[in-house]
Amino acid sequence: MNRPRITTVLSSTVEATDIKTITFPYTGDVKPGQFFMIWIPGVDEIPMSVSQITSDMVGITFRNIGDATHALYDLEKGDHIGIRGPYGNGFTLIGKRLLFVGGGTGIGMLAPLVEQAKKNKKAATVILGVKTKNQLFFEDRFQRTGATVLISTDDGSMGYKGLASELAKDIITKERIDAVYTCGPEQMMSSLLGFCNTIPFQASLERYMKCAIGICGQCCIGNGLRVCVDGPIFDGATLKNIKDFGLYRRDAAGRKILF
Amino acid sequence: MLTSVVFPPPSLNTGENDFIHADISRCGDLVVDISTTIGPLRLKNPTMLASGIMDEDAGSMQRMIDCGAGAIVTKSIGVQPRDGYANPTVIELDHGILNAMGLPNPGIDLYGEEIKKLQATKVPIIGSIYAADANEFARLAEKMQRFGANAVELNVSCPHAKHYGLEVGSDPALLHEIVSFVKHHVSIPVFVKVSPNIMNLVEMAQTIENAGADAIVAINTVKAMKIDLETTRPLLANKTGGYSGKAIKPIGVRCVYDIAQAVKIPLIGVGGITTGEDAIEYFMAGASAVQIGSAVYYRGPDVFNVVCEEIKTWMKDHEYSTITELIGAAFQ
Repeated sequence: MNRPRITTVLSSTVEATDIKTITFPYTGDVKPGQFFMIWIPGVDEIPMSVSQITSDMVGITFRNIGDATHALYDLEKGDHIGIRGPYGNGFTLIGKRLLFVGGGTGIGMLAPLVEQAKKNKKAATVILGVKTKNQLFFEDRFQRTGATVLISTDDGSMGYKGLASELAKDIITKERIDAVYTCGPEQMMSSLLGFCNTIPFQASLERYMKCAIGICGQCCIGNGLRVCVDGPIFDGATLKNIKDFGLYRRDAAGRKILF
Repeated sequence: MLTSVVFPPPSLNTGENDFIHADISRCGDLVVDISTTIGPLRLKNPTMLASGIMDEDAGSMQRMIDCGAGAIVTKSIGVQPRDGYANPTVIELDHGILNAMGLPNPGIDLYGEEIKKLQATKVPIIGSIYAADANEFARLAEKMQRFGANAVELNVSCPHAKHYGLEVGSDPALLHEIVSFVKHHVSIPVFVKVSPNIMNLVEMAQTIENAGADAIVAINTVKAMKIDLETTRPLLANKTGGYSGKAIKPIGVRCVYDIAQAVKIPLIGVGGITTGEDAIEYFMAGASAVQIGSAVYYRGPDVFNVVCEEIKTWMKDHEYSTITELIGAAFQ
């Protein structure tokens, strides 16, 4: 039933400045790239991609940035939230030599995907792009998977100085890459798609959502593609035909907001 | 075997749509034609997209057209942009869907861009509008006409927006003033969408007809609530909302039937239509066409094509060849 079911927060962990992971019990199947609608009673209900998946628990990782995430940030073990989901299509792993590019909090939802890829014996290179080093999180977790981990910071405080997409471009031109997976700021993902040419590409998109069950139309992109049901993961061929991608999103009233 | 026919060209300035291909199929000697008309509007099939579903932008409405919708009703548009309510705005219940979106919309001027993008389509676009008084309604209707809408649908029945919707649609004098004022300001047909949440529904329907409306759309959602037991809170951020889906179909059928006894203008049935047989029940109650909303969730966006096929199959099996033969068949 697609309505919030009350559950208990199992843990709340600070990952970096203003970034936390909270976990809650969930025993059904969840794929990397899928999301839950998280209800904070009295505040809001927002979509959150999963950043942690075990047989009996799911985690979400977020930045304390608005009313809803502020309320989530303040939650402690034992507090109650409502959940519904998982929703959306999730990623599909293809090829053997994979490149993962995470930007900002988009890094979080790539973690279970990289873990799955390494479990399936894929060669994985992971780029973690942040503005500055104190916003970096999950580096150890990615290292533990056995993936090659590269860091980029806008200010050069750690690793490569510059955009994650530029670092990815170097790798794509020098090495054989079978597929690229990304989540982060849309302009970064859009640039990355431009560098990929014929390399298979999958990106996770974020839009203001209301129903999350494919009827209200709030999150639609292109020719009526619903990010909540038809996405949030879209492949490169689809995204190349969507004018919105990397250009604008819509606010609660449906007005276009340029990125 | 499927064949198509082309309607004669429309006359000017009445909102009549361009040539459309009626959905006609042959089965042995029986020709089944599911095209229908609502005043001057010609629909290739009787399944319309209901307001508020997949109609935030031109792209999503185009997808519904591609999925077979016979007409599109836009989301309800006001003069100013409006964010609507905080989430949760939509929840599923055991037998339907409860929502309180709060009339989110970008305002008529920005939304005009979306309607203009649909100009090439042969499928009628009906602009849904909401306002608090006759002047605002007329201003919105004029703009809809200018943007190329083939008709307007006055939302006087939203059950969860203060000063709008149902608050306007339950006052006979105000409603009469609004409908007649809008009729004087536009040449395209004017539809009025009514609420089941009023005791004097038939009287209001007569008021709407007397004020000159071209069709009545019945029904909007049923005012309802869901409380979460664990948190002892209403689940919707707005507390109350409008109930749609299968559970409200008998309410809609009853309203259409009652209104059909009292007015002569065409009726459009809406409320819980999920299958071809649901649509046929509404035709028998007196509807000339139906609108589909929640079933986009239950059966996916292709619901329009699917329901049309089901209507045709039922008509073939029961030897009906036109929708007209079915309209009001239940009047005994």
